Amino acid sequence: MKSFREKTIKRAVGAVAGVALGMAAMAAQAADTIKVGVLHSLSGTMAISETTLKDTVLMMVDAQNKKGGVLGKKLEAVVVDPASNWPLFAEKARELLQKEKVDVVFGCWTSVSRKSVLPVFEELNGLLFYPVQYEGEESSKNVFYTGAAPNQQAIPAVDYLMNDVGVKRWVLAGTDYVYPRTTNKILEAYLKSKGVKDEDIMINYTPFGHSDWQSIVSDIKKFGSAGKKTAVVSTINGDANVPFYKELGNQGIAAEDIPVVAFSVGEEELSGIDTKPLVGHLAAWNYFMSVDTPENEAFIEQWHNFIKDENRVTNDPMEATVIGFNMWVKAVEKAGTTDVDAVEQAMIGISVPNMTGGMAVMNKNHHLSKPVLIGEIQEDGQFDVVWETEGTVPGDAWSDYLPGSRDIIADWTPPIKCGNYNTKTKKCSGQNF
Amino acid sequence: MYSFRKHSVFFSLLILLGLCGFSLPAVADFDAAVQALNSKSFSKKADAIIALAETGDEKAPVVLQAMLDSRLYYRKSDRRVVIVEKIDGGFRLADAATAQPLGEAGRRAVKKIGINNKLRGLLRDTLARLSLTSKDPAQRLAAAKIMLGNVNAATKPVLAEALARETDADIREVLETAAAMSDLENDDRTVRLRAVRLLDGSLEPEVRNRLNRLLEIEADQEIAAAVQQAIKSIEFKLKFNGFIETVFFGLSLGSVLLLAAIGLAITFGVMGVINMAHGELIMLGAYTTYLVQLLMPNHIEWSILVAIPAAFMVSGLFGIAIERGVIRFLYGRPLETLLATFGVSLLLQQLVRTTVSAQNVTVENPAWLSGSLEINAALSLTYNRLYILLFCLLVFFALMLILKKTSLGLQVRAVSQNRAMARAMGIRSKWVDAMTFGLGSGIAGVAGVALSQLTNVGPNMGQAYIIDSFMVVVFGGVGNLWGALVGAMSLGVANKILEPWSGAVLAKILVLVFIILFIQKRPRGLFPQKGRNAEN
Repeated sequence: MKSFREKTIKRAVGAVAGVALGMAAMAAQAADTIKVGVLHSLSGTMAISETTLKDTVLMMVDAQNKKGGVLGKKLEAVVVDPASNWPLFAEKARELLQKEKVDVVFGCWTSVSRKSVLPVFEELNGLLFYPVQYEGEESSKNVFYTGAAPNQQAIPAVDYLMNDVGVKRWVLAGTDYVYPRTTNKILEAYLKSKGVKDEDIMINYTPFGHSDWQSIVSDIKKFGSAGKKTAVVSTINGDANVPFYKELGNQGIAAEDIPVVAFSVGEEELSGIDTKPLVGHLAAWNYFMSVDTPENEAFIEQWHNFIKDENRVTNDPMEATVIGFNMWVKAVEKAGTTDVDAVEQAMIGISVPNMTGGMAVMNKNHHLSKPVLIGEIQEDGQFDVVWETEGTVPGDAWSDYLPGSRDIIADWTPPIKCGNYNTKTKKCSGQNF
Repeated sequence: MYSFRKHSVFFSLLILLGLCGFSLPAVADFDAAVQALNSKSFSKKADAIIALAETGDEKAPVVLQAMLDSRLYYRKSDRRVVIVEKIDGGFRLADAATAQPLGEAGRRAVKKIGINNKLRGLLRDTLARLSLTSKDPAQRLAAAKIMLGNVNAATKPVLAEALARETDADIREVLETAAAMSDLENDDRTVRLRAVRLLDGSLEPEVRNRLNRLLEIEADQEIAAAVQQAIKSIEFKLKFNGFIETVFFGLSLGSVLLLAAIGLAITFGVMGVINMAHGELIMLGAYTTYLVQLLMPNHIEWSILVAIPAAFMVSGLFGIAIERGVIRFLYGRPLETLLATFGVSLLLQQLVRTTVSAQNVTVENPAWLSGSLEINAALSLTYNRLYILLFCLLVFFALMLILKKTSLGLQVRAVSQNRAMARAMGIRSKWVDAMTFGLGSGIAGVAGVALSQLTNVGPNMGQAYIIDSFMVVVFGGVGNLWGALVGAMSLGVANKILEPWSGAVLAKILVLVFIILFIQKRPRGLFPQKGRNAEN
């Protein structure tokens, strides 16, 4: 009996010692690594899109470690799952910053998740890279926006349709939530500034996951039969696009008659659907998988090797993630530290190569200068580029076409150092963003 | 709608050539013309397409069609233009100019000759025009319709020529409309007046646009009055067609609602079980369609017909399992049933997520379910909606027959009206419960097959229909199949009448508010069940 107890005690002591040793070793190792947080949903409705971005960050961390890490330290990825649950995003962000003490976070997809973590990042002075196109009207000291602002996606697409296709009548169709409503407000103001009359603009909102498009498509058809070239600018979100394009095909509206340009349909979204009814419709992005450059070819090969599947596609938010990651590495090396304030200042002016050629530059307002491409959907689910901007377009945090934000700029360099600076009153708004 | 005026003079010439039977020898070298398609800029490609059509070579339409279908590639090794056919792991090549087979090549050995929307339009028009002399009347009709969009002074002789040789009445009508449209620009006022009279009541959108334009510049009083009259009658006809279209859209939405609700009308309406997993049984039916298509990839056209009984079986068996495993312990306890079936619905969703995929899956549309039936230029009904409307009525009446004419139906009605009495008569009420639930679930599965043709198939798709289904059943009157039919159709039509002026979001809200108010007034729905049984 006694001997048994002794044995147990000995074992317990041994185990505790072992664990303690292990923890000490881990602590020692932790001091030698730089922690990179990954805040993307791995379950729930957004998992389809966001899992890819988690894999992209892991791939970049892996590649950077093979090159010897950053500042002589290895990178260590810390992955959490906010499960497409907006309040959970804030909790997980706090966990990453306070408990895991990560030096940088790559994450978020929907605008609502970004808005949810924003106060956490500002309170704890973290650093977030946000890789998805969004509605603008925001600039935080703690966030770098590597996706497109409206003037890097919506406005160039409308310019292309107006000047190159000769579109005179406009249908602005969107899902009923903040991103389409803000984007359409900007577009409507822009079109009117170009002399488009009220009766030549039709605005339509539908609920999430709308599937009965008969009367809307029929209305579009009637709207387009007035003898003026008509186009649809679509901010329709997610899988509601599939029945929408199907209905267009069934009612005999081809892309040559009424082209649809979409802002949230990319390679990843097309890979799950029958693309025959979509051929010829357009999408505007800063990156397409089909772009033929050595950088892009190397990137696709790296992705296929990492994910071990030749059929996986690459898309715009992935490129934005990679650009953000490369910029962060450069900024840390320039600053010589991972301290958030130092890196934040070092980030401005950093440039890294785009996959589509040219260089992406981080501007004072924490948005990128990037080229804008317009592609036509092909039968294989890829895009053929039919138009691109001459050079890069600087991202505009506060739209020039909305009355409330026309005079506002974001500039995070001294002496302004403000994300919401009114150039008329020369005042920084009380908000941080 | 689409116009390509820049090239229309050329097209007229082209058609003239065609009508003369291509008596000129092919001047340009066909091979060189084909190779010219492979150029960098889209405008050069457009020129090459026109040049190729001009050669008049009989292989030209084949090459152009391949280009339109994205089957025209070039070989990277020698830049020869080839037509490809997809095979496993690569392509089978054939020389575009000579049609000689060139063996097989890997995916990276060839590159597609890209086209954009302008070229796609040009190709479509060119091909149509080349077929204005075709032997196939359908092709000639399509060509004549494309002519409608491009009428000008230059096309007049072409139209006259085509009219002279055309015998088909439908095509003649289109050509006459086109000829009249070109006469609108004639200097002779009697010709103009005759043209306006002829166009009176035509539903072609281009006609209305031209008449509107003429009205702005017409100085002659009599003609202006005739134009006004013509536009008025066109607009009246358009309104009438618009009304029919709205009713069709409404009935089609109603048929979707009815299909989703009809299974529930049995399980909830007849048996009184609040089955929150009803939407997931619809989803299972849709996934069965997907699996059937995977099993018969070469017979997509008929896969739907196989999927209907398969989906009925799958969802029906799941339904029986749910009834035997869960619901039978909870009869008479609606709250517990509600929670338990809600749990079942989550289980089924997760089952599909883990076994198939969390992503939406692609269910292909057979050709006979795509496109639309054109009644006239202003009214066309899409085939998928039309078939689903018919299918829904078919399911409805089949179910009616089962309930009214079979012994199972008799037993179901007996058990639902008075369980104790039915058992006293020797009916195995437990067996009837399972069968009834299975029948309702199986019909939900059949609805899933139909819905897979309209919307996305994914693990969450059932959620979108559960509320609508309950809405229809409650509105129509619990326990009454006719109520479900009338309820679904009237909700569908009401929704579609509201939609144009209130928008899709508000229309849905308004319909919901209306039902809430209606239920306040008539708690038992449109057609309440009558008799002693109705009170308990």
